[in-house]
Order: sequence, then C-alpha cells, then structure tokens
Amino acid sequence: MRTSLFKSWFLLGAAAVLAIPTVSLAQNTAYQENQWMEMQSHIGKFSGHAAAAKSDYRRYCVGCHGELGDGNGENFPWLDPKPRDFTLGVFKCRSTPTGTLPTDEDLFNTIARGLVTSNMPQWNTFTNQQRADLVAYVKHFSARFQNEKPGEPIQIPPEPEITADRVKAGQEVFNRVQCWKCHGVEGRGNGPSASTLTDDQSRPILAYNFHDETRFKCGTSDQDLYKIFMTGLDGTPMPSWSDNIKPDEAWDLVFYLRSLQPMKSKEKEIARQLGLKPVNPNAPAAQPPATQPPATQPPATPPPAAQPPGSQP
Amino acid sequence: MRMGTQFLRGHKPSYLSVALIVFFLVLSGSQPASALPAFARKYGLRCSACHESWPMLNYFGQKFKDNGYQLMNDRDAPIWQNPSYWPVTFRIVPIWHRVSTGKVAVDTASGGTTEQRITSSGFDISGLDFHTGGTLEKNFSFYVLPSSDNTASFHFETVMARLDNLFGSPWLNIKLGKFELDNLLSEKRILTLTGNGGIYQLYHFIPVGDGNIFGQIGDNQLGLELMGHSANDRTRYSASLLSSSDGQPGLIYGANSYSGFFTASQAFDVGKLGVDRIGAYAMIGQAPTRWLTSGTSPLGGSGIGNKSYHREGFVGLFYFGPHVDLQVVTQHGWDNAWFGQGYGDLVDGVVTGNNTPGTTLPVGSRAPTWNGVLVEPHYVYSPQLIFVGRYETIRMSQQATPGTPSNLGNISTYTIGYRYNPFMTSRAGFAWHNEYNWLHQDGTSPSGNNINTSELLLGFDFDF
Repeated sequence: MRTSLFKSWFLLGAAAVLAIPTVSLAQNTAYQENQWMEMQSHIGKFSGHAAAAKSDYRRYCVGCHGELGDGNGENFPWLDPKPRDFTLGVFKCRSTPTGTLPTDEDLFNTIARGLVTSNMPQWNTFTNQQRADLVAYVKHFSARFQNEKPGEPIQIPPEPEITADRVKAGQEVFNRVQCWKCHGVEGRGNGPSASTLTDDQSRPILAYNFHDETRFKCGTSDQDLYKIFMTGLDGTPMPSWSDNIKPDEAWDLVFYLRSLQPMKSKEKEIARQLGLKPVNPNAPAAQPPATQPPATQPPATPPPAAQPPGSQP
Repeated sequence: MRMGTQFLRGHKPSYLSVALIVFFLVLSGSQPASALPAFARKYGLRCSACHESWPMLNYFGQKFKDNGYQLMNDRDAPIWQNPSYWPVTFRIVPIWHRVSTGKVAVDTASGGTTEQRITSSGFDISGLDFHTGGTLEKNFSFYVLPSSDNTASFHFETVMARLDNLFGSPWLNIKLGKFELDNLLSEKRILTLTGNGGIYQLYHFIPVGDGNIFGQIGDNQLGLELMGHSANDRTRYSASLLSSSDGQPGLIYGANSYSGFFTASQAFDVGKLGVDRIGAYAMIGQAPTRWLTSGTSPLGGSGIGNKSYHREGFVGLFYFGPHVDLQVVTQHGWDNAWFGQGYGDLVDGVVTGNNTPGTTLPVGSRAPTWNGVLVEPHYVYSPQLIFVGRYETIRMSQQATPGTPSNLGNISTYTIGYRYNPFMTSRAGFAWHNEYNWLHQDGTSPSGNNINTSELLLGFDFDF
C-alpha cells in the first residue's frame, strides 16, 4: 500500500517536473505567436493585419499550407508541386533580387493570381483587404520577416519595340546562357538536365514548357517574364540571370520566349517568317566563349533564424 | 419559476443528461466539412474553401462553379488526376423529426368530417443523392445527379454537359441538359432540411387553383444555358432557353412551348465588410393550356394554346464582415388568367382543364399576381458552425376569380437552425443539423381555415 502510494507521488512529481519546461515552452511560443500575430502588410492604401486573416487562413489555406504554415497540411502527401513552406520565407514570385524577401505587393499579387500548374488557385474573389490581411498572415509564419526588410524591387527598363533582330538575338541568349539545358532546345521543358531538377527541399520539379502554357508561374505580361529570369524563382533551380544578362538582352530573351508560346503573337509571327529553328548546342560558337550560367543549384537559402513554433528546420 | 427551481433541486444529473453533455462535448471538442468531396478530393481543398457552410457556396465556390468546376490552374483536366480517381459523392441524411400539421380533414365516428391537428414524430431518412461532376477535359465539364426519394425511387435531378470558356473567354459558356437555374441564392444548396423549410417557398409558389406548374424557378429545368462572368466573377450573367416542362423529361407537355430565364448581377468590394452582390432575375415563358385527346385521354407532347407567365425579382447577397451575411430575394409573379382558372397542368396524366376550341373563361377572370420576399440571415461562427434563419412571405395581390378572399394562399414561414461540422477535411463531410420550421398559409384547409404547420428536425447530414 505504502509502495503504491509512493509510486503515485513519484509519478506525479515526475510528471510535474516534465511539465514545467513544456508549460514554459508553451508560454514562450504563445508569447512569440502573439508578437508575430501583430505582423502587418502595406499595399497601396491597404494595411493588412495578420490577426484579421486567421479565420480566412483557416477556411481557405490550411488544408494545403497547414496550421503552422509549413506546407504540411492534410493534402501535403497528394499534391504536386508541394505547398509552399511559409516558415522558410522563400518565395518564387518576387520583384526583388534573388535571396531577398518579396515585397508585400508581390505576395498580394501571388494570392490573386494563383500559381499556374499547381493546386494554388486564383484567389481573386477576395477583397483587397482580405488579401492584404492574408499577406500579413503569411509573413507572420517566418522569422525572416521579423528580422529582414524586403529586397529593393529590380528596375525594369521600358519595353523596346519587337523586331526580327531582337527575336533572333533572344534565341542567341537562350543558347548562350544554356536555358536549353533545363527547358530543352525547343523550350518544351525537356532539356538534358530536366530530369535531375529538384527544389530546395530536394523534391523533383519540372522545367517550364513554353509550348503548353499561355501563363507563367509569376504572371502573364512581358514584364512578368522579364522579372522571372532577372530575379530567379527562389526555392527552385531557376536562378537569377541578372549578373549574366544585360537588360537589353533580357528583353531579347523575352521576345524569343514569347515566340515559343502557343498563342498568336507578333513574336511568333516574326519567328515563323525568320524560319527560326531550335537552338543547336553543338553548333560551333559564332560568339565569344559562352557565358557560364550562374549557380544552378537551389538559390540562396534564408539565414538561420528562430522558427515559429513547430516549424521544420 | 418555482417549478423550475424545484425541478433543479429535485433532480440529480441523470445518466441521460450526462450522456448528452458528453456527446456535445465530444462533438465540440473534435479536431478542427466538406462539400462535394469529389471536388475536394480532386483539388485537395477543404470544403470551407468553396462553401460558406456546406452545401451553400461562398464567393470562391461560385467562381469555381462558374468556371465549369475548374480552378483554372491548368490542372483541371482528368489527365492530371490519378487514374483511380472517380468523381462520385453520395449524400443522405438520417433524421429524427416531429411534424405537426393543423386543420387536417379527419373522419368522425358519426360519419362526418372534422379538422384537427395531426402530430407525429419518429426516426426517418432523407432521399439519396449520387453526385458526379467535374471535367471531361479542360473546358469540358459535366454534372450528373441521380436522386431518389426516401423509398429509393430514382430520377435524374441533373444531367448536363458544359462547354467552358469558349474562344478563351469566361464570358461564353454553354450548358445543355437538365440543370438548376442560375439562382444566386441556390435552393439546391439550401442549408435547411425540413419539409417546408428545406425549400424556398418563393421558388415554387403557385396560387390556389392555378394550373401553371412551369414557373417554378427552384425546379431543375431542361434547356440550354448561356452564361458568362468576369475573370474574378464580380460580374455575372446568364440566359437560358427552357422547355416549358418543369424539368420533366419525355416531352409530355407542349408541342412548342418554351420559357426563358435571365439573370445578371454585379458584386462590389466593400472593404472590411466583404464582397456584396446585387442582381436581378426574370423567368418569362409560355406553357400549354390545351391538349389533343385520344379517347378523352390527353396526348403527351400535343400541348398547344400557349399562355404566358412571368416571374421577376431582385437578389441581394450582403456580407457584414466575416461572420454575418444577409441574403434577400424578391419576386413578383404573374400568370395568365387561363392558368389562374386551373388550365395548364396534366395532373397524373389527366387534364384538369382543357382549353378546347370554344372554351371560355368564367366571367371576370383575371390574371393572378403576387409579391413575395425571402430574407435569410446567417451567422458564421466559424467554418464549422453556422446559424441560419429565414423569413419568407408571399402575398397575393390579385386573385384569379373576383370574390375570392384576397389573402387566400398567402404564406408566411420562419425557419431557424444551425449546422455544426465536427471535423473538417478535404475527404468527407458531416454536419450535425438541427432545425425548426413554422409555416402558415391562409385559407387552404378543407373548410377554408388557415393552416399552421411546424416541424422540428435533428439529423446527421453526411456525404462522402
């Protein structure tokens, strides 16, 4: 009887001792959570507040992105591509240089536009205020947004006039910087490296097929396409080419890539008139030695920082 | 009050009350409902993404539907699904309900009749729906819904195929088959289940003695619909050409009678309140009043002598922040005097009135007209719990026959209830449903008295 009583007290004591750090941790995380819940966003005249988006996040987003924003929602196993892990603070669609945080407006636009060829729909049914609140909520998951400022948006020079020379020059850029290695010589996403591509979570990822899509991952306009290869798609093997391609050349590349897309366009018509053939990587170089592509490994990972509760390292 | 106190003092908590408390605690303590789980399974979205509360759509769900059950992310075609994916969902509701109907004609022991209230209660089931819908290919969508009553007698509630985004434009979508009219406040997605509260009275109202069954905007209709919307679904329109058959297949009514249903609406971003929508609708049509006969039996599909009818009204979907919204529908209805005198329908294949050559209307016959409104507020406590209320009233403004009491057939009905979804996933839906409805209709008992009917319902509404 006495032994039994002793055992009970011992177990109770052990439980209490074990519970102390748990309670303390819970208090810390609750404090942190409350602090981070004060996160705001500012898009034009709209100011978003994370706390105001809690209900919308739970209603619309949590099934994929998870309660903790770590992309580990209940649908995680079934989705491809996988949902974004907000805790990392790494985003594909930015107007800012590679490795930097996106602006609030970048996230605001991504929510409305959705991500083509993924399960992320266009949430353009939301009010602007709802979207602004959700931007703040997305930011609150990552310590990066606590500690860093967004990058400075890149400058996009005015779009020049489309000419045959530019389309042709764009193809040369495509060849020179070896876009074909991933996207294929015809831009069908079937280059020699395509099958080896992985994202920053080491998950297989497809190269973009220009012939299938009228929309890009991060927009539909020429400016959006310009931004994609000058800022890179962080978290994917698509690097930023801003150090390797001059702005004028970037526009040439835009025009050439437009000529590959399925819809009718001036670029496509020019390419047809020129009789452009797919690039031939084995052809003797008519130019000075090819520019080496920038690092093709996953782009900069965020600096280590405190993660929100329960997030994965 | 004293009685209550005594009751409390005199009774310790019974096993039943403890069990009930535990039951509700289990319900309320469950982890953090689905809709057409076939869509949820396909896209991995929870039901709450498309439904304010299943099955009522929210704005995003309406856009998904308007896009032909597509998210428009270039992953809509079935080729992107696992080959074993099969877009089928079933829905059924086991219930307990108590129905009380006043002024029912009852035989007396002396051989006469009297009117008395009949109240019955017990366990029951609803009909069964098998929903199957989705895309056959990008921009080719379909919906087929075999539906039964609670004796498993099936019919096709919906059978339609749709061509979406013709010429790459969301403004051009064509649907052919049997489908729900483009009612902004959808009766097929109603949040209530009782006999009288589970429909919108306004969508089915027929004046007493009227023979026009063809203007029921709540019934799925056979026809062709052209529908369009802006990219973000703020602006919508639809125009349908319908057979005047009230959705019944087999061309059993008119030889050449058609109706049209038209809607247009515009939504507005009202900041923190949400997105509000206002719109208008009209159903305008003709339906037969005369049938050729063979051996006095009417010949199906021979209906001629078309007479006209119309229904029109406004719709408003008003949101007041994330928790409260108010849905409003008005209606003005008008039937030709022939309908008002009972011509129009074949009841069980028998002509109630046949407008054969030489038939004349009773002296003074007029076109019956009426006005109605329904107001349905919702309080969305969370995506898992919604409270619903509804008030509907329909008032006759002109009876078909002079001398008829002006209020004959007027309806007033109240409904309150709530639906609680104890879990929320993208695989299945389950709602604990509790509802009460009360309906009053003027002068329609056998002896011309007013009828009051009420129903209390509790049930498990589930689909998978």
